[in-house]
Amino acid sequence: MAHTAVAHQHVDHHAHEHHGPQGILKYIWSTDHKMIAMQYLFTGMFMAVVGGYMAYVFRMQLAFPGISVPGFGQVSPGEYNALVTNHGSIMIFWVAMPVLIAAFGNYLIPLMIGADDMVFPRINRLSYQIFLASALLLLASLFVQGGGFGGAWTSYPPLSAVGEYNQTDLGSSMWLGAVALEFVAFLLGGINFITTLMNARAPGMKAYDIPLVCWMIVIASILFMLSVGPLIAGAAMLFFDQTIGTGFYDPARGGDPVLWQHLFWFFGHPEVYVVLLPAIGITIDIIATFARKKVFGYKLMLYTTVATGVLSFFVWAHHQFIAGIDPRMANVFMVTTLLISVPIAELCFVIIATLYGGSIRLATPMLWALAFMAEFLIGGVTGIFLGASGADIYFHDTYFVLAHFHYTFFPIAIIGSFAAFTYWFPKMFGKMMSDTLGKIHFWGTIIPFNFIFIPLFVLGIGGQHRRIYNYEHFPELAGADMYQLRRIATYALLVMLAFQLVFFYNCIMSWWKGKAAGKNPWQSNTLEWTTESPPPHGNWPEGLPNVYRGPYEYSHPDREEDYWPQNEPG
Amino acid sequence: MTPELLSTYAADIDNIILLVAVLTGFWFVAAEGVFFWLIWRFRAKPGVKSEYLVGNERHVMKWITWSHGLVLICDVFIVIGAVQVWYNVKQRLPEADSTIRVIGQQWAWTFQHPGADNQLDTPDDIFTVDDLHVEVDRTYHFVLESRDVLHSFSVPVFRIKQDAIPGRAITGWFEATGTGEHDVQCAEICGIGHGVMAARIHIEDSGQHAAWISSASAAQ
Repeated sequence: MAHTAVAHQHVDHHAHEHHGPQGILKYIWSTDHKMIAMQYLFTGMFMAVVGGYMAYVFRMQLAFPGISVPGFGQVSPGEYNALVTNHGSIMIFWVAMPVLIAAFGNYLIPLMIGADDMVFPRINRLSYQIFLASALLLLASLFVQGGGFGGAWTSYPPLSAVGEYNQTDLGSSMWLGAVALEFVAFLLGGINFITTLMNARAPGMKAYDIPLVCWMIVIASILFMLSVGPLIAGAAMLFFDQTIGTGFYDPARGGDPVLWQHLFWFFGHPEVYVVLLPAIGITIDIIATFARKKVFGYKLMLYTTVATGVLSFFVWAHHQFIAGIDPRMANVFMVTTLLISVPIAELCFVIIATLYGGSIRLATPMLWALAFMAEFLIGGVTGIFLGASGADIYFHDTYFVLAHFHYTFFPIAIIGSFAAFTYWFPKMFGKMMSDTLGKIHFWGTIIPFNFIFIPLFVLGIGGQHRRIYNYEHFPELAGADMYQLRRIATYALLVMLAFQLVFFYNCIMSWWKGKAAGKNPWQSNTLEWTTESPPPHGNWPEGLPNVYRGPYEYSHPDREEDYWPQNEPG
Repeated sequence: MTPELLSTYAADIDNIILLVAVLTGFWFVAAEGVFFWLIWRFRAKPGVKSEYLVGNERHVMKWITWSHGLVLICDVFIVIGAVQVWYNVKQRLPEADSTIRVIGQQWAWTFQHPGADNQLDTPDDIFTVDDLHVEVDRTYHFVLESRDVLHSFSVPVFRIKQDAIPGRAITGWFEATGTGEHDVQCAEICGIGHGVMAARIHIEDSGQHAAWISSASAAQ
């Protein structure tokens, strides 16, 4: 990795601005990183609405079993399984990844490192097009004969491998194909992020001058590239088992169903960090800006992140403690799993320490960033229960697990995305969002969120197991108190979904007649704030910036102003 | 809210959960407390500029370093506690008084009881569907199998859970400490009937159990 300034590599734009497609095609066939970011962003937001609708349907079924859910109808067991399976798949692969990594990675990396585009603009466009195909394939799989795949997002064989068992022959294969295509899209995107960060930085920008959010997205892309290979191999074998009747996972023919679990979780655990790191990067950048503080320990943060990433490759079997692996293995994987609490705690401490001595402004983006920290801590500490093998015997596959990972993924995918969206909205659209509406939306999301998942922790402690469409067959889970908790969670979800209307209203109204943002409304240091809002094609109408210092020189004692843009000489 | 504790190791599992709850609860309260205090203490005030700290100031760094070490120490306690419980429940296999076979299939549990001779795989074995009969205060081995997809044999009052895998026979153990009738779950998604794959465990004293064996044997 270059520690000295890398000569800026000028990116060819294929002159499509002048000679390329016109009209609506200009947006569809654009190779501009900002346009591709928007495509990813809006596709991700659309998929979030789909995933949220699914959550609404199955939470209604859980709270009021057998009712005809308004806007869906009665939920059959097969439909229930398809809804929970695709809700999980969508929220991780078609919301968290496209929004946090692809949309903000595409938008921010060139702007924050002072490049005029990605290094491979056409590969970038191909990445989005494959991603769009994967999303359409997934949505189509819900409507084919037999219905959508219902074997959980983990897709364990033999259930996922044999049509006779899952009864969704076509849906299963389409689901798997969609996931595989999505991986191809993110491999192409990841290549671009890594290459661009390494080779296209503005003159003067050294490795430690790169804003942490860019580092985080690039480290996440590296983790993804290193972990996804085994899963793609596993998915190919699963696809063959499904379609041409091979026996990779069939014990009767020498295969092993547990092999899939190893391949899946070897990818699946690093995947958690793939989406976590961008959210942490977003959080730390916003906190530095609104606390007017230098990040406390930039290098510490960077090295800790790398350590977390490396460790994340050695913890996968904690998902399989009771899955029939050699019981001695559980001891090894418990130690590695609990070790990861050290770097993760370190990241949290660094974020908290950055607040110390600050001058904290609670604008909407800052509220989201702080909420990420406050809520993610709950996800973090509850993970220890599941990493401790002895406790996991009881908690495995209960609602405790479900509540735990929603306390990690919701802060990551939803809170992190809202933080980034509200923070960079002025840059992306040139207008300020309404802070009042933003705060109404913030509290209307955060408060119900806790009322959804705290009851689910309690249900999990009560022994409620996952992926059950109706608990009437389990007398100990069918008590009135348990239904009470399920209903609280459902009501809270309805409230939270209703408050999202405020967000969409705020977006549209702000975009339409919001106050002009100007170049740098938050008085931030990083390079994207030194160009116009929104930046034109090529990003830098006044010429490429030069970089003179790191990204977090807030409140420097030698200066009158409490910020010091990276491109300002002196 | 938690199910009754009806196996010899159920309390151990609850205790490790409690240990983790105390340790992580401390960290949670401490971290959130410091976090919200900092937000309040360092809220923007007119004319007050932020401190310029680069990340090696000892008066701030010491809080991170100490906390860091303390997290590691907590981890050690949790590892020691969890390994003990894990070893007892999953790794060790105490001598059995009886052995039963538990077979998962879409979407029912078949239980093979040893019958009057207390030997499994003999002609007097008693087969039941979705009803498991065991005697209190006896050590049982269960041999867990599956006929089709993955299932997971879960008895919340015992705090035991184990996946069933087609092609394998996985042996585990339990010893009930109280009588009663309780839920047996399938805790691994196994298809559209996963939600109806429920069974009951009947934990009986020796008299009741002997009576059940003779009536069930007569019926077969």
